[in-house]
Amino acid sequence: MSAQPDLLYSEEEEALRAAVRDLLTDRCDPAGVIARTESDAPHDLGAWKALADGMGLAGLLIPEDDGGQGATHREAAVVLEELGRSVAPVPYLTSAVVATEALLACGDRELLGRLATGRAIGALAVPLHLAPDVAFPAVRVERGLLHGQLTGIADASCADLLLVPGDDGGLYAVEADAATVTPQVSLDLTRPLATVTLDAAPGRRLGDARPAVERALRAGAGLLASEQLGLAEWSLTETVRYLKDRKQFNRPVGGFQALKHRLAQLWLETVNLRATARNAASALASATDANTDTDIAVAVAQSYAAPAAVHAAEEALQLHAGIGMTWEHPVHLHLKRAKADSLAYGTAGAHRARLAALVDLPSP
Amino acid sequence: MSVDAAELKRRTAELLAAHPPADTAPADFLTARFAAGLAWVHYPVGLGGLDAPRALQAVVDAELAAAGAPDNDPRRIGIGLGMAAPTLLAHGTEEQQRRYLEPLWTGAEVWCQLFSEPGAGSDLAALGTRAVREGDDWIVNGQKVWTSSAHVARWAILIARTDPDVPKHAGITYFVCDMTDPGVEVRPLRQITGEAEFNEVFLTDVRIPDSRRLGAVGDGWRVAQTTLNNERVAIGGMRLPREGGMIGPVATAWRERPELRTHDLHQRLLKLWVDAEVARLTGERLRQQLAVGQPGPEGAGMKLGFARLNQEISGLEVELLGAEGLLYDDWTMRRPDKVDFTGRDAGYRYLRAKGNSIEGGTSEILLNIVAERVLGLPAEPRTDKDVAWKDLAR
Ligand SMILES: Cc1cc2nc3c(=O)[nH]c(=O)nc-3n(C[C@H](O)[C@H](O)[C@H](O)COP(=O)(O)OP(=O)(O)OC[C@H]3O[C@@H](n4cnc5c(N)ncnc54)[C@H](O)[C@@H]3O)c2cc1C
Repeated sequence: MSAQPDLLYSEEEEALRAAVRDLLTDRCDPAGVIARTESDAPHDLGAWKALADGMGLAGLLIPEDDGGQGATHREAAVVLEELGRSVAPVPYLTSAVVATEALLACGDRELLGRLATGRAIGALAVPLHLAPDVAFPAVRVERGLLHGQLTGIADASCADLLLVPGDDGGLYAVEADAATVTPQVSLDLTRPLATVTLDAAPGRRLGDARPAVERALRAGAGLLASEQLGLAEWSLTETVRYLKDRKQFNRPVGGFQALKHRLAQLWLETVNLRATARNAASALASATDANTDTDIAVAVAQSYAAPAAVHAAEEALQLHAGIGMTWEHPVHLHLKRAKADSLAYGTAGAHRARLAALVDLPSP
Repeated sequence: MSVDAAELKRRTAELLAAHPPADTAPADFLTARFAAGLAWVHYPVGLGGLDAPRALQAVVDAELAAAGAPDNDPRRIGIGLGMAAPTLLAHGTEEQQRRYLEPLWTGAEVWCQLFSEPGAGSDLAALGTRAVREGDDWIVNGQKVWTSSAHVARWAILIARTDPDVPKHAGITYFVCDMTDPGVEVRPLRQITGEAEFNEVFLTDVRIPDSRRLGAVGDGWRVAQTTLNNERVAIGGMRLPREGGMIGPVATAWRERPELRTHDLHQRLLKLWVDAEVARLTGERLRQQLAVGQPGPEGAGMKLGFARLNQEISGLEVELLGAEGLLYDDWTMRRPDKVDFTGRDAGYRYLRAKGNSIEGGTSEILLNIVAERVLGLPAEPRTDKDVAWKDLAR
């Protein structure tokens, strides 16, 4: 086995966290996020611009030579923790991680440069629920023009650039205004899905789709664990705060042992989740293209993170009780995101099935 | 300037050159290793360490393991290594540290823990074993129970009541007890595995010199917190390779014996494999955090996870083995010389793991600790807070 991964946060990473959290506290307060979900524009492009352009975070994974920051997945993971905490409706995971990784695989410097500044938002046109190693749909390619429909594409409705797999095995860049993007009514209000329809849309072939999609989804799945960590942390912290405050039977309900034990259990799951999420981020940061250890780290993270984050959000709702069931309390945003995340880039079950092969524990 | 990894590698190579493991008696090698400061590198110079960052111990361990150097068998001396040593380091006098730490680390002297009593388990501060001052000595009387390894121990960490007139946490003092002294009687206590790893210990007019007191008179509860926090990390936070714990034998059986596989077991195995890997990473992260400080209440989390995992995995293992799972290796009453969570067969592992959620604080108590001391939730209502120990209902 290789050297132990560093599972802690560096001082720079903590500083990055503080800066992102400050910005999100100002721009993505719960009431604002809830109000936005009911508007025509569910994405907060102002917050995105501040993060992507203002702070330069869209280009974290892109080399400096291509206009990015040349940072690693460890820093991107810290950003995602904070975005998860505030369920910020910004296309960070989909554009700055997944679409970016696909472009990195193809080595397209021009498009990387566009994404790096955050002025263009990219979306990989593969349904959100697919795991890294399964078959994905492709559209028909005829004389350089693309025809077909893809559904379940996360954040496509705010994308400028779509990365579309074609039936010739290529990955194509399509400008969003050459496609019809129709929002779907989505469980997760803050990361909505859309249908992409291509009717003789011009596309530019970037390279082979399979390795690009695999790399993109692997990074997406691995870093999703950090978003799930942020969600779980928020759920735990808010619930502890509320239960210290809320009195019934003449004492704070947080003093009842039945509830204390449930919260301690959530704490434990969050501690576990942090270690796996850090491990996945570190593994991705030092990964080469085909690296079993990284695949294992990602599969372990997604096998654990999804149920843990859902459990945290579900407990948060139950322990907030009546107030938790209301539209104005933000816990529903976290629950919807956590549940949707549990399907994104493959379910825990799909990742366990991947593991079975990776660690040689074959099915009967 | 503190010692770095390169310097530790250099010193390890030097130790190996001066004492080639192949031609050195294990005990001599361990003594030399202690003298070289490579026993626990984060300990002070002269006490087996080099004041180096704790995380760098791994560098030394890896080099020594690769060279086939003997180890000091942590399963045999776990209480000394995991609990007595850090307590001595934090609260002992220099004289005590010099006397006890070396033979503790080399394994020449085994330690046990005389904390629990028939009437004081989870409510450890309620303990009734009395220590009364007489000149330079303390005279100790009482009964301890469930004392692991007392039958092979040379020394014990002991807490006893020195002042019954103050509330229970205030009147406790912490001692080092010589298990060979007159008045110390150890009786085996057989447990569900058939063996007697733990014991009852009767203390009758045992004389302990005041020089074997650890910390101030009446400050024993605070000293005991160091022991308990370290105990939880020692039980739950061991460094393991992937598949290093209980999951190892199950995974091996799965690979080698396809006839045992079912779909149901496969799903459960994969889930537990992931949980074991997650626990391993969490332990690694905890150790990286510890490299900069003493364990706090967070260590309780490690122990909680460890207990649940061991119980679930060993339960699955018995089922996986089918007809063989209905058998047991040996019910003979034995007094093993080490605490071995994973040894022997699946049935043993299943039964021994039941102790993991009891020893070192039950899971219920640890959940309380996490809730109150980590999350800051309100404490349980207390009826014993301002009452002198002698006036408590028992
Ligand atoms: C294998 C093994 C080895 C051991 N080795 C040692 C040793 O070497 N040295 C030593 O000193 N001790 C040792 N012990 C003793 C161990 O520390 C105690 O058994 C333990 O602290 C629990 O105390 P108890 O058994 O008296 O249970 P009790 O305290 O009587 O508890 C009974 C039940 O009540 C629950 N409970 C108690 N209080 C609360 C509360 N406030 N809230 C919720 N639930 C509560 C407990 O969780 C438990 O389920 C060992 C025990 C085992 C099983």
